[in-house]
Amino acid sequence: MLARLELTAAEEDSLAHQLGDILAYIETLQEVDTSDVPPTAHVVDSENLLREDRVTNAPQVEAMLANAPERDDHHFKVPRIIE
Amino acid sequence: MSDLHRLTIAQAGERLARGDLSARELTDATLARIAATEPAVHSFITVTADLAREQADAADARRRRGEALGPLDGIPLAIKDVIHVRGVRSTAGSQILGDFIAPFDATVSARLRAAGAVCVGKANCDEFAMGSSTENSSFGASRNPWDLERVPGGSSGGSASAVAACQALGSLGTDTGGSIRQPAGCCGVVGLKPTYGRVSRYGVIAYASSLDQVGPLARTVDDCATLLQVLAGHDPADSTSSRHPVPDYRALLRRDVRGLRLALPREYFTEGMQPEVEQSVRTAVRQLESLGARVEEVSLPHSKYAIAAYYLIATAEASSNLARYDGVRYGARETDAANLLEMYRKTRDHGFGAEVKRRIMLGTYALSAGYYDAYYLKAQRVRTLIRHDFMEVFATHDAIVTPTAPSTAFRLGEKTADPLQMYLSDIFTISVNLAGLPGLVVPCGLDASGLPVGLQIVTRPFEEETALQLGHAYEQATDWHRRVPTGIAA
Repeated sequence: MLARLELTAAEEDSLAHQLGDILAYIETLQEVDTSDVPPTAHVVDSENLLREDRVTNAPQVEAMLANAPERDDHHFKVPRIIE
Repeated sequence: MSDLHRLTIAQAGERLARGDLSARELTDATLARIAATEPAVHSFITVTADLAREQADAADARRRRGEALGPLDGIPLAIKDVIHVRGVRSTAGSQILGDFIAPFDATVSARLRAAGAVCVGKANCDEFAMGSSTENSSFGASRNPWDLERVPGGSSGGSASAVAACQALGSLGTDTGGSIRQPAGCCGVVGLKPTYGRVSRYGVIAYASSLDQVGPLARTVDDCATLLQVLAGHDPADSTSSRHPVPDYRALLRRDVRGLRLALPREYFTEGMQPEVEQSVRTAVRQLESLGARVEEVSLPHSKYAIAAYYLIATAEASSNLARYDGVRYGARETDAANLLEMYRKTRDHGFGAEVKRRIMLGTYALSAGYYDAYYLKAQRVRTLIRHDFMEVFATHDAIVTPTAPSTAFRLGEKTADPLQMYLSDIFTISVNLAGLPGLVVPCGLDASGLPVGLQIVTRPFEEETALQLGHAYEQATDWHRRVPTGIAA
């Protein structure tokens, strides 16, 4: 599943019910004629901002690894991927 | 206990400058106030007493050397727990980040640090800023200082309750669909959501990136202007932050409001709203009229579609933003898993609360093949229409005035069983995020139960100074902002 959530049967039940209500409410959008309306992804006028390509941050490997659930030397450690 | 905690930022700043108050005294008084009221109010996830005293002492040392930094030097503030403060836990109200120590400062935290502000703690919020009551926090709900059986609003509920309860002189919140303004209204404080892009989002835990914006809460409009001055401006680390020039907000605060053209949108006075809210807001509008502003009724015809559009756009963005909580690089990991996929799924199922899961499910659904056009793209087109409605009104008007929410603060537990009812508490604030506009909330009355009502003032993009000017003029003519919460000891 896309959401990568492992839901219990009870969770699935209440979610199905609640999402059903929410989606029914969201259906009201279909009333709006948007045939000639462009979509807005962002309200900021997007323009390309160029800057020099150089490293601006000091290396902080230890600070970043300090929050790792599991590590091995300078690496994040995860369960076996290839069976 | 002293009354120092009751000082506004401006009052405290004057006393610090005169030298008859030290930053350490002010910080100690604020920490004592937190200790006395926190068991009842629970505004904070983490109180940073040691950091606060250290920063206060540094402010005093600067002042002794004649190197005071400005109006925030030595001022105790609370920071919402989605905003990183280097070396301090950032949980976003989620147990999945229960042990996460921020390795760097958010740009707004760095700016406050550079201005000499004192951080007294990280304020409670709904998990990942998703909610309108703080009841979705993994760390328990905050309480409304006006009535402890009621919610302070959300998601920046702790930021609002801390300011109302005088546990900080001001605070930072974030606002994606009303999360600064709705709690400010519920708690009777001033809250400002700046224009999208006015304030950097770097180092702020993301919920919905095209809508999220950081902003200040305080007990006066003047104090909000002081905070915004420090927060606003371009940040090379946030490509969506604007290069639009930052005006001198406090210098523009005291301008006359005579001749300003205000718009009252008829869609914001709906059936089913609490009658006292409508009365208070209409009285406030008449007050602005008596100060010389011109008021006209207008229409924002697509208002009723805002919540539906928001819950597709925000959840779509959230489902993508929250994909990063996979138990690999940071955050809690569920170790009882046979393989990587199972680890992801269990970590996320155990780490996220019910509302976060609902929004991830809704967002992935809205984005999935086959539904993308009907839901996500449709919502983005409606977003265009909503923004267009506002811009049309702004062609002839300087500000739009509305209620902040259809009712005053609701009771804890009242809306937790029905997510859609909870969503509807943001009905008057959400459009402003979709359109990317600034919105200021100021207290404008009390209902029959003695609960605060908020007036919302919305202006054109990057015209925060006009909202602040109107809010300040209103504040000078009324005394709602001086009312003291009745649910706790003053």
